[in-house]
Amino acid sequence: MREIEASYISEKVKELCMEANYDLPEDVLLAFQEAKEAEESPLGVSILEQLQRNAEIARNERVPICQDTGFGVVFVELGEDVKISGGSLKEAVTEGVRQGYGEGYLRKSICHPFTRKNTGDNTPPIIHIDLVQGEELKIIVAPKGGGSENMSRVTMLKPSDGIEGIIDFVVNRVKESGGNPCPPIIVGVGIGGTFEYAALLAKKALLRHVGSSNADPELAGLEKDILNKINDLGIGPMGLGGRTTALAVHIEMYPCHIASLPLAVNINCHASRHKEISL
Amino acid sequence: MAKPINISTPLSDQDVENLKIGDEVLINGVIYTGRDAAHKRLVDLINEGKELPFDISGQIIYFVGPTPPKPGQVIGSAGPTTSYRMDAYSPYLIARGLKGMIGKGARSQEVVEAMKKYKCVYFAAIGGAGALLAKSIKKAEVIAYEDLGPEAVRRLEVESFPAIVAQDVYGNNLYVEGMKKYAR
Repeated sequence: MREIEASYISEKVKELCMEANYDLPEDVLLAFQEAKEAEESPLGVSILEQLQRNAEIARNERVPICQDTGFGVVFVELGEDVKISGGSLKEAVTEGVRQGYGEGYLRKSICHPFTRKNTGDNTPPIIHIDLVQGEELKIIVAPKGGGSENMSRVTMLKPSDGIEGIIDFVVNRVKESGGNPCPPIIVGVGIGGTFEYAALLAKKALLRHVGSSNADPELAGLEKDILNKINDLGIGPMGLGGRTTALAVHIEMYPCHIASLPLAVNINCHASRHKEISL
Repeated sequence: MAKPINISTPLSDQDVENLKIGDEVLINGVIYTGRDAAHKRLVDLINEGKELPFDISGQIIYFVGPTPPKPGQVIGSAGPTTSYRMDAYSPYLIARGLKGMIGKGARSQEVVEAMKKYKCVYFAAIGGAGALLAKSIKKAEVIAYEDLGPEAVRRLEVESFPAIVAQDVYGNNLYVEGMKKYAR
């Protein structure tokens, strides 16, 4: 059994919240560069250039990439041989989010659904915990903005809708979203499982390296096909026209019930933020 | 691309009539911030026949909820939020003389009709470029609804704030035209 102090977990979550919001990962920056070289719209190129400059300012000055510093979405892989001492895991993560958003000058964006009163410290976070073998604790902090989250959907297709139905739904979702989710976007697709599990798969798909392919060749082909169809929509950077609407489509799949074909589309803006650490 | 057009607030009918979709502008002068919660309060005041906390005639409202400033900063990161959530409120403010709005994403037909009728223009700023856009904001003070935190109404002084005319007073829409041009 390995012991990890709750306060140490809080400290690391705090750092991850800040780093995720200041420092856009290299895979996203590389995707900007490739998109800029391929973009046909002069305005689209200018927008992509400004996104590159913005990321540089945020990284150098340690300020948020975007003012929407997001919901604190935290994935935890907890080794079965790890014991948390001095507090609970959920409290430790919550405290880390509270400190990160406070000390990091990040925006507090969480409120009561009816009164809209702000909780004031960006808590509670959304915490997904997976039990895994071993004595490691892995934490991924993936702040999620509201604009792109609002454009996401879950649907329960009929088995007869098949792959064509999946393609149509995903492409139409992106089309209807237009400029709202801050294109160029990253599209997370969850296929199968249950109603809630499809959504979780779609969210997890957003954690993948931008532009990486699913290990299953059939899904990798589907990712490419949907990406091409999305970019043929012409929505472009910020929805003002162009060839770069999505930087990547990532699909994750799981077996489903014989009666169902669950499908979730989780859209992420170009500020695809996530930082992780293994303790 | 053509050189950006410099504009200064307050804007006249003629100023906004001169702007066409696709024009890149640099905005100078005072602009006001407001997003969901502030818009609701402003429109509630109008419906109750009360005065607004600032004179919106000729002004621009920027849909933004900035991050808190770090020590030494005027404002934190300050990029646009999605505009369709303000569609229910904007026509009331446009009828009161609002001349410009800055946000991201397309507006509803009701907003477009008000923009045509009362002469108001809609600018898109680059969503997610909050660190860069904050550089154009030289002064910021909360003038109303401090309790709303990031959603409070702020008076900003901006210099060369970059934006693109996305929907103009003639009913043209760059979200539609741009997409048509690059679709295959």
